[in-house]
Amino acid sequence: MDGLQYLLDCTGILPILILFATGILILLLDAFAPRGRKGRLAALALAGVLLAMIGWWRPLPVERELFGGMLFADSFGFFFDGLFLATAALIILFSAGTLDRDRIDLGEYYALLLFSVTGMMLMARAANLIMLFLGLEVLSIAIYILVGMPRHERKANEACLKYFLLGAFSSGFFLYGMTFIYGASGSLSLAAMAAAFGQGDLPHNPYLLLGTALLLVGFSFKIALVPFHMWTPDVYEGAPTPITAYMAVAVKAAVFAALARVFWMALPSLQPQWTNLFWVLAVLTMTVGNVAALVQTNIKRMLAYSSIAHAGYILVAVVAGSAQGLTGMLVYLAAYTFMNVGAFGVVILVQERLGIGEDVDDFRGLGFASPALGAAMAVFLFSLAGIPPTAGFVAKFFVFLAAIEASFTWLVILAVVNSAVAVYYYLRVVIVMYSRAESPTSLADRFGLGRIPSAALGALIVALWATLQIGILPQSLWELARHSVTALL
Amino acid sequence: MVSLNSYLMLGAVLFSIGAVGVFTQRNALIIYMCIELMLNAVNLTIIAFARFLNSMDGHVFVFMIMTVAAAEAAVGLAIIISLFRNKATVNVDEINLSKG
Repeated sequence: MDGLQYLLDCTGILPILILFATGILILLLDAFAPRGRKGRLAALALAGVLLAMIGWWRPLPVERELFGGMLFADSFGFFFDGLFLATAALIILFSAGTLDRDRIDLGEYYALLLFSVTGMMLMARAANLIMLFLGLEVLSIAIYILVGMPRHERKANEACLKYFLLGAFSSGFFLYGMTFIYGASGSLSLAAMAAAFGQGDLPHNPYLLLGTALLLVGFSFKIALVPFHMWTPDVYEGAPTPITAYMAVAVKAAVFAALARVFWMALPSLQPQWTNLFWVLAVLTMTVGNVAALVQTNIKRMLAYSSIAHAGYILVAVVAGSAQGLTGMLVYLAAYTFMNVGAFGVVILVQERLGIGEDVDDFRGLGFASPALGAAMAVFLFSLAGIPPTAGFVAKFFVFLAAIEASFTWLVILAVVNSAVAVYYYLRVVIVMYSRAESPTSLADRFGLGRIPSAALGALIVALWATLQIGILPQSLWELARHSVTALL
Repeated sequence: MVSLNSYLMLGAVLFSIGAVGVFTQRNALIIYMCIELMLNAVNLTIIAFARFLNSMDGHVFVFMIMTVAAAEAAVGLAIIISLFRNKATVNVDEINLSKG
């Protein structure tokens, strides 16, 4: 590869380079910044993300391969890059106030956040299993540390160790699966695999079947699909709340992107086999997630189980398997990102203002104490429950429609029943918020909207706007997603 | 010459020992060693495939896995130390890995 080609390829990963450079810069400045003025590092991280967004944006993404077939620069990666950057910006804005409370060192926090975004981008653009693995590990290792950032809290320590051990364990399965697929195809490049698997008697190739199954186990651990979800509630509960939000949306989106790449680009000839596995996982994940969420009293655990259930709905789109299903998956991931970050954002603000907010009961009277915050939380919860006219409804509609057209009607019926069950635990929080607390005035004193930090307020408004925008006018997102999936099919 | 299947069997046995160890051992360090055993079983399997397929991809992949495993070990040991500082134990019975 000559130097000019190399430089040209570098422009294709401009957002990744910008984020990486900003992360390094933050680490350097952190060492020299005087105590008390480190808040500026958050602004620097945000500036890096915004700069990366400028580097990311282009009206018509060019479809090409970079660095000798290691990475794609295509519209599918483009969609996910945008999603990750938006999530990172929102999480940085929400983090600003909570870190002092948790006694977290600022510099590393933002640097690791940016590094994990680069990992996600590499994962969603991977054209080769080596890149996929490296992206996954860059993302995972950064997040292991972020989960354990409140070093003095035992809960965070335990969550961190649990996440680390099970994450490394699942990486083992992931790699073992990759190994057998490599053994069956003789190559690690997704395109070469698709070519190798295009002919021959596939269902009787033991390496390929074993590899696919093991790879699926690895993916399931990372996305927290039932029965590989055991770590989720504890880790989500113990992690700092902004990181919980981040794990629930961005990590899931990144792994789903990689899953779509591998299964649609490299293993399309095995679709009848993996569709069967996916519907079993979808049924289990939806049902177990929702039923377990019903009995939770801790709001972070409740949202953790809700995120498991949402992964189940997204799997319905994977089961549908069509272009429409894939488009539905992208729309769902985008909608889910904004509504879930928004809901977690309100939890973060309550925890930051009141010092409580772990239990659902802590939210009693929030709707009167801070009408704006209460209304925002209600919209996010309605959206998570899938009630129109919010993003959650539109996303579910597209996914379920795609599944019906692929004649998985019974699966959709099950998913709809599940959504109806889910309404109960989302609405329970809304009802608690709008029931009278013992002394609403004192709560209101502590809580005026004016006291919400402007950074978090901005993030909340963006999340709310996106949730309603996708819910009322989904057309442009749908078009973008439909254009993006053409890269895979 | 040793056949491919012998290498694959050895890899599978090592991988299984590691996987079983993760769930039966109680010490976080030993669990981590079991995970390393799994990764090395993977390395052995990849190298065997790469050798028999005459493909360079696998050889490169093994180097990547080794590098990442080293980075992961650095982070993992730091995590175990920070837990030990707070709890004065690295026994995972109280953390309960397989229960939600």
